[in-house]
Amino acid sequence: MAASIFVILFAGTIAVGFLSARWKQTSLASLSEWSLAGRSIGPWISWFLVGGDLYTAYTFIAIPALLFSAGALGFYAIPYTIVCYPLLFLILPKLWQVAQKHGYVTGPEYVRGRFGNRWLALAIGITGIVATMPYIALQLVGTQVIFGALGFTFGWNLPIVISFLLLAGFSCFAGLRASALISIIKGVLIFATVLVAIVVIPMHLGGYAGFFAKVDPSKLLLPAATAANWGQFSAYGTLALGSAIALFLYPHALTGLLSAASANVIKRNAMTLPAFTLLLGFVALLGFMALAAGVAHDPAFAEGFRQYGASFAVPAIIMASFPSWFVGVAFAAIAIGALVPASIMAIGSANIIVRDVWTMFAPWRSEASEATAAKVFAALMVVAGLLFMILIPMKDVVNFQLLGGIWISQTFPALALSLFWRRAFTGWGLFVGWLVGVVSGTWMVISLGFAGSVFSVHVFGVTIPSYIALVALVLNIVVSFVLTPFLRTVDKGSDETADADYEQVRHVPSTVPGTPGLRPAL
Amino acid sequence: MNDGNIKRGHQIYWLFVIPFIAVLFAPLFNYKEPSLGGIPFFYWYQLAWIPVSVFITYFIYRREG
Repeated sequence: MAASIFVILFAGTIAVGFLSARWKQTSLASLSEWSLAGRSIGPWISWFLVGGDLYTAYTFIAIPALLFSAGALGFYAIPYTIVCYPLLFLILPKLWQVAQKHGYVTGPEYVRGRFGNRWLALAIGITGIVATMPYIALQLVGTQVIFGALGFTFGWNLPIVISFLLLAGFSCFAGLRASALISIIKGVLIFATVLVAIVVIPMHLGGYAGFFAKVDPSKLLLPAATAANWGQFSAYGTLALGSAIALFLYPHALTGLLSAASANVIKRNAMTLPAFTLLLGFVALLGFMALAAGVAHDPAFAEGFRQYGASFAVPAIIMASFPSWFVGVAFAAIAIGALVPASIMAIGSANIIVRDVWTMFAPWRSEASEATAAKVFAALMVVAGLLFMILIPMKDVVNFQLLGGIWISQTFPALALSLFWRRAFTGWGLFVGWLVGVVSGTWMVISLGFAGSVFSVHVFGVTIPSYIALVALVLNIVVSFVLTPFLRTVDKGSDETADADYEQVRHVPSTVPGTPGLRPAL
Repeated sequence: MNDGNIKRGHQIYWLFVIPFIAVLFAPLFNYKEPSLGGIPFFYWYQLAWIPVSVFITYFIYRREG
């Protein structure tokens, strides 16, 4: 029963992906039509699209898994997805404006236009692609856990390979329009599933008070910090802040947001997307519900936990609590949840390949040939993600994703700070800062033996465990700033953007009758 | 043209500091009590900040510029 409902929903969604090429039909032979839906996505669909893009299937599996295994620290996902929205509100409308004015489809393109430095743009572009690859693979891992729970593991992972080849197909064929339509299905299914789950599952466990009481009390709070060692306190805050900074630098996030019809759509998203954070907060608590229900000791789930570790906590608690048909719906919600980000990741990376990597060596003959190449590269990105998942052990994929998060954070000065401090940086200064950030971040991860993403920084005898991405970013920003006066005279990069491109376009006419001067004159 | 207004327009964004401090500074909320309907303070406090931060953003959105 679960399997047949799952297959109907999942296959139906993939069919919608292919049919979406006909939606608001225009020629898909231009890159911005195929990959950004012609920058036409309004506030409603943008909410589904960006929400479905940022809150990936892997998130819905991995965050509860972290609470299940590590306890309170895993809840950092909530402050992370709270503070990312002020950043979104401040940064992305500006980037959208500049990108729209100059026809930029990717973040690195903005960097090239802004600093006239194609090597910096190439560095930022390659960082984006390299960070995205394991991220796509993790979506596959999320789907794999679901397929495993359904028993679809026969024949060399054939079901998952076929699903993602179909994903490659519709991403290539219909572009972002497919992601947008599928994201509506994802949004409806995931909200419905989670709302039911967070009401019904606690009823089996004696309510919210009941399951919290059954969780080992040492897991419910962060271990106390001391004056000499801030322990998990600083780890919690820096993980949340660093992850929030990294989020909108990923190519899939930028692609999703640049497709918005206006800068105002992005600002409205910053106020409506936190609904997904609320959802994630309750999904995270599924990890504790799984602990309280004792699913790890249920012989029926022993094989799942043996194979997938704590990632099996969510599938297990769902199977333990619901009738078969609802298990099918819930699992479809998660697996469809993987399709949206995976397709946008493929599209965003393909954009970078055609706009920022390929053009370093040869220009495109026409808009149509550029779009065709992007479609092929998008399909290849999905295939690369598949190979990644098949050839590399899951633990290494997670480690690689960890490194990816640290690397992508190093693009923050070039992609975001440069929007505000127009004269604080030079292209080569940012390049050296990026290099320092990537190398130091990688070194810190290696020095920990890939055992985590939190590095103990010692300042005046105080030990402050901090998220490596943030430590490396501080070094990166300091280097970029310090180099600016020295490089200013020799760095002749030209800026094709103008100050006016960055100025805020007024969204609400706030002329108050009779009070002249309240409206700043432009 | 009008420095006073431009400055005021930028000052409003400092309100964004509030949610950052409220949810990133763990000593503020790493407690079990007061619990709410059996949910420890640590969890309901942070969940409650989701709508509060939306309200702050909305306030800024209406006033900015």
